[in-house]
Amino acid sequence: MDAKHKHAKTADKAATVILYIIAGFFLVLLAAFTVYVLYRGAVSFSPEYLSFTRQGIGVQFFNTVYLVFLSLIICVPIGIAAGIYMAEYAGSGRLTRFLRMCIETLASLPSIVVGLFGYLVFLVMTGLHWNMLAGALAVSILNLPSLTTVTEDAFGDVPDLYRDGSLGLGATHWQTITKVLLPVALPRIITGIIMAAGRGFGEAAALLFTSGMSSDVDFSNWNPMSINSPLSVMRPADTLAVRIWALKTEGVAANADKLSDISAAVLILMVFVFSLASRHIGARLENRLTGGKGGK
Amino acid sequence: MKTEKFKKEYLGRTVVTAAGIFIIILTLAIGAFLFYRGSATFTVNHHSVAEFLFSPDWNPADIGEGGTVGAAVFIVGSIVISLLALLIATPFSIAAALFMVEISPKVGAKILQPAVEIFVGIPSVVYGWVGLTVLVPFLASVFNLAYGYSVLAGAVVLAVMIFPTITTVAADAIRGVPAEYKEASYGLGSTRWQMLHKVEVPAALPGILTGVVLGLARAFGEALAVSMVIGKMQAFPAGLLSPTTNLTSEITADMGNTTSGSEWNNALWSMALLLLIISFIFILLIRIVGRKRRA
Repeated sequence: MDAKHKHAKTADKAATVILYIIAGFFLVLLAAFTVYVLYRGAVSFSPEYLSFTRQGIGVQFFNTVYLVFLSLIICVPIGIAAGIYMAEYAGSGRLTRFLRMCIETLASLPSIVVGLFGYLVFLVMTGLHWNMLAGALAVSILNLPSLTTVTEDAFGDVPDLYRDGSLGLGATHWQTITKVLLPVALPRIITGIIMAAGRGFGEAAALLFTSGMSSDVDFSNWNPMSINSPLSVMRPADTLAVRIWALKTEGVAANADKLSDISAAVLILMVFVFSLASRHIGARLENRLTGGKGGK
Repeated sequence: MKTEKFKKEYLGRTVVTAAGIFIIILTLAIGAFLFYRGSATFTVNHHSVAEFLFSPDWNPADIGEGGTVGAAVFIVGSIVISLLALLIATPFSIAAALFMVEISPKVGAKILQPAVEIFVGIPSVVYGWVGLTVLVPFLASVFNLAYGYSVLAGAVVLAVMIFPTITTVAADAIRGVPAEYKEASYGLGSTRWQMLHKVEVPAALPGILTGVVLGLARAFGEALAVSMVIGKMQAFPAGLLSPTTNLTSEITADMGNTTSGSEWNNALWSMALLLLIISFIFILLIRIVGRKRRA
């Protein structure tokens, strides 16, 4: 074996080792990252921090869940509808190309820009104060493109046999979509919705100027029409992610560090919950809806 | 008969078409509103675009006019930090993608891919929080600085954030390289590494570039994580270890403190417009790269 061959073999081995090291490095980095955040949260933990007062994160947790829920109510129907349009009705004309460009542009917009747009349109132009609905709308704009794309891809991957069968039985295109294609595409769409919820959970930049950095809420008042009721969508509402930002940039409270530690740990836990949920629920639904044969 | 057909087809069709048109209107509205507010610096306050882009002299007035709106420091800050993040993340991302696709697809699919997805899901404030509590003190002690807030801290945080984006797209691109290329390369007697870096990576290059541009776009628009570790000092960075500031940090810091319609406020909107324009340029770049890929 000549030197050139030997060199190539050594280089091959060295490269393999390096690639293994880099892959391992990232797994270690993620593990260290997660363990550190959870550890800090655990060390700082004490039950009073879970309370629904200024000293706790209860209010922010409630706000986060409620805001994400509101935003999903808004963006899921529109996203799925637009995705269906792209997959089933849009041709290859100029309008479709332009729409695709719009979706890509929306998807790549920095969230701070979307937040500023929300601030301008939902607050400055309406004269309203910071409110949860404005925040939910901003998060909806952020999630709209991904929901559209997920739906379009999910419909696109349904085998044509399904479509032909349904049309052959005399169903209209729309009936085919709702009765045949949507059930098959649903698992992937639901995975997409869970991922959108996850993104909403951690979003902060788009919320700073829309839903605000504080909360004034009375948990004994459940009248949704009252401005400081937890159910009111017109009250200012800071989420967990926004709270971390506020505590870390202008936190003057004595326990600011501990509160942000716990909030960060809760957010990381939620990331894992959403990630696992999107994998498992997606796979399970797919099994049930396709009789275990797999739609892919 | 006609109403029946209407219910069975046209109604649904109209609804989904409306949703598609809504997205177009929304995108145009975002562009129009930001353009309207962002152009006031130039139309109402009569500053030149050149001053905004190239002058480092930033001292806008919150009451009345007469200040200066040079945003060069913020623009340079954004560019330097994003490019540095890209420089750090790209080699690692390509390596991780190669590992996932070629070296160990099993570990890749079972462990690395889910890990990458979790990285994507971690909120940017949590990245900023870890940067602030770990990276900044670490840099301060290693390099003997008074504070660790620096260009390097921002770039490292961003690099970790864009790593999953580039890796995912690069892995897709590498997976898309036709099997014949690989087989031909092995058939000629090349080792795996020779096949990877002489055949597969060049063949997947347009796709990898798309990932890099997407990563750059994400880095450029990222606001909170960077702003927590960058130091927010209004000066050109003297080196990797000195603090500076960028567009997104300045917007988040001051948008809430300025009077709507003031010169200062208008200048901040101009920065937001600039972010929008830049993200649009990135989209165009990706489209051009994508077209080359198909050709």
